[in-house]
Amino acid sequence: MSQQINPVENFVSEFEAIRSTLSGDDVPWLDALRRSGIEQFKGAGLPGPRVESWKYTRLRPLEDTTFRPVTPADREAFIDQVPSVLPTALDCPRIVFVNGFMRPDLSRLDNLPEGVTVEPLGAALTRDSEWVEAHLGRINRFEGQPLVALNTAMMNSGAVVHVRRGVVVEQPIQMIFIAGHTEDPVACYPRNLVVMEEASQATLVKLHAGLGVSAYLANAVTEVDVGDAAILRHYRVQSENMQATHLGSLHVRIGRDATYEGFGLHIGGRLSRTEICARLEGEGGHCALNGAYLMKGREHCDNTTVIEHTVPNTTCSEIFKGILDDESRGVFQGRIVVRKDAQGTDGHQLSNALLLSDKAEMDAKPELEIYADDVKCSHGATTGKLDETALFYLRSRGIPEALARNLLIQSFVAGALDEVKVDVVREAMMNKVVHWLPAQCFLAEEWTKE
Amino acid sequence: MLKIRNLHAAVDGTEILKGLNLEIDAGETHAIMGPNGSGKSTLSYVLAGRDGYEVTKGEILYKGKNLLEMSPEERAGEGVFLAFQYPVEIPGVANTIFLKEALNAVRRHRGEEEFDAMALLKFVREKTKELGISEDMLKRAVNVGFSGGEKKRNEVLQMAVLRPSLAILDETDSGLDIDALKIVADGVNALRAPDRATLVITHYQRLLDHIVPDKVHVLAKGRIQRSGGKALALELEKNGYAEFAEAAA
Repeated sequence: MSQQINPVENFVSEFEAIRSTLSGDDVPWLDALRRSGIEQFKGAGLPGPRVESWKYTRLRPLEDTTFRPVTPADREAFIDQVPSVLPTALDCPRIVFVNGFMRPDLSRLDNLPEGVTVEPLGAALTRDSEWVEAHLGRINRFEGQPLVALNTAMMNSGAVVHVRRGVVVEQPIQMIFIAGHTEDPVACYPRNLVVMEEASQATLVKLHAGLGVSAYLANAVTEVDVGDAAILRHYRVQSENMQATHLGSLHVRIGRDATYEGFGLHIGGRLSRTEICARLEGEGGHCALNGAYLMKGREHCDNTTVIEHTVPNTTCSEIFKGILDDESRGVFQGRIVVRKDAQGTDGHQLSNALLLSDKAEMDAKPELEIYADDVKCSHGATTGKLDETALFYLRSRGIPEALARNLLIQSFVAGALDEVKVDVVREAMMNKVVHWLPAQCFLAEEWTKE
Repeated sequence: MLKIRNLHAAVDGTEILKGLNLEIDAGETHAIMGPNGSGKSTLSYVLAGRDGYEVTKGEILYKGKNLLEMSPEERAGEGVFLAFQYPVEIPGVANTIFLKEALNAVRRHRGEEEFDAMALLKFVREKTKELGISEDMLKRAVNVGFSGGEKKRNEVLQMAVLRPSLAILDETDSGLDIDALKIVADGVNALRAPDRATLVITHYQRLLDHIVPDKVHVLAKGRIQRSGGKALALELEKNGYAEFAEAAA
C-alpha cells in the first residue's frame, strides 16, 4: 500500500490499454473527445493543495492505492438485493449499474412513460450518436477540471436520460450505482447525461451504494441540461463504503423560467468530493443546491459549488447542513457568481455544521463574486456543537441523553431536508439519516409525519 | 417529599449556595423569594441536575432517595419537573413529538405502558383544552417563535402532561401579563394534591396571589434567611430585600 506510485502515469497508461474496449471507440468524435480529455489530464495532473479550490481536500487514496479500471467481469458481482432510496413497493423505473456496467436483469425500464428514454451510454451511442454528440461534453468545461477530463477519457457507461418536450414524468426515476465486491481496488467512470427538453418535468433519484469493504474509486460526471420552463428535481444519495473514494462532478445548465432543484445526501465514503457547477442562462431561472452530510470515523466529505448567474432576474438558494463525528472532516466551498448583466439576481447561501466530537473538523468558505449592481445576495456559515442547553431541556423532561442527542441531530438535518419538495424522497432520505444515528431510537415514519 | 440539608453548590468555582436547608412535605406548596443573585436559579438547576452546577457539600433526599446521584432524565422519571425561567427553543422538533418522547420516556421509567401517537394526541388535546391553551401550539416547533407568555404556557402544558410529584417553577411569572399569569397559576393549582408538592421560585409576590403557598422562605446570600407563612411574602413586597442583604453581610 505504501509504495510510491505515480497516479497520473498510471491513469494514462491504463487509458491506452483499455481505449479500444471502451464503448463507442469506433465513433470518431467520441475518440477525439476522449483524446482531448486524456491530454488535458496529462497536462494538468491531479489537483493538489497548490490549487485554491483543493486546499482542504487531498487525494490521498490516489497516492496510496492503485486502482485498475473495471472490466466486464466485475459486473457480475453478487447482488442479493438491489439497494434503493425509494421503497421498492413504489415500483419506480430504475437503471442499475454494477461496478460501472449496466445490469438489465436488475433494472426496470419497461414502465417508463411515453416520451422518456433512459438507457446506458453505449446504447444511446448506437441508437443516435449524433444526438449524443450534440449534448455530451457540451455542458461541462473541463479546462481546469482534471477529474472531469479523466472521466471524459475513461467514461465507459452511465445513464442517458432524455425527457421530450412537454412530457411530465410522475414517478421518480432511480439511477443506482453499486460498487465493491472486487478482489482488488477498481476504478469506474460513470458518465451521465440528462436532457430535459422545454417544459418537461421529472424527478431523478441517484444512489451510489457501496458493498463490502473493498476499496474503489468512483469518478462520476453528470451533465444536466434543463430546457426552458422545464423542472428537474435531482436527488442524490451517496452511501459508499468506508474504503471508497467518490469524486463526483455535476454540471447543470438552466434555461429560461426553468427550475433545477438539487439535493445531495452524503452518508459514507473514505473520501468524497462533489463539485457542482450550475449556470443560469435564461431569465426567470431558479437553481436550488442543497445538501446534508453525516460523517464519522475518518471520513472526509467535500461539497464545492459554483452557481453562476449570467442573465437578469434569476434566483438561487443553497442550504448545506453537516454532522461531523469522531475524526471526520467536512468541507463546504460555495461560490455565487453574478455576472455584469445579471441584474435583479436573488441569491442566498447557508452552511451550518455540527461537530459531535472535539476531533472533527469543518472548513467552510462561502464566497460571493458580484459584478452587477442591482442584486440581493447573502451568505452565512456557522460551525458549532450540540446546544447543551437544549440537551438539558430535553433530558429534564425525561428524554434519555442518547435519544435527546438524536432528536437534536435529526432536527438539525431536517433544516436542510425540508428543502426536498418530493415527500416520498424526503421521507426516504430522513430514514437514511435515522439509520445513520448512533442508536436507533425513532421510528422514521412517525418522525416524517410532522 | 424533599429534604435539602446543608447544600453547598458552586458554578465555575464560585460558591453560590452556602449551606441551604429546606424541607417540603407532600401536599405542600412552598415559595422561595429572594433578591437577584441570591442563588434562586442555581437551586432550581441543582434540583434538575444541570451540568456545571457542582454540589460541594450537603445532600438532597427526594422521596428518601439520593437525588444528586440521578441523571436529569432519571429525576424526571422519578417525578421532578422544572419549569424553566427561559424555556429553550428547539427548531425542527414539533411540540407533539417532544411531548410524546418525554411522556413515553417517563412512562417507561415508571414501568407504565407507552402511548401510541393517536392516544397521545388525544391526551394532549384534552390537556390543552383544560388549560385554555391553543391547539395550534402543538404543531409548532418547540418554543420557536413563541411569545414569552406562550413559552410559559408551554411549560405548564408539559407539566400537565408529565404530572410530576415535585414541580419547581423558576421565575415562571417573569414577563407574563395577568391573563397568562392566571393560566399558569390555574395549571399549577390543578396539579395540587396530597401526594404532590410545588416549589415556586419568584422575585415578586404577585404570583403568590394566584398560587397561595403554605410556606414562604427568603433566600439571600446562598442560604434560607427566614421562613414563615404567606404573610411573609406581603411583608417582603412592602419592605423589599434590603434587610436580608444586610443581615447576611
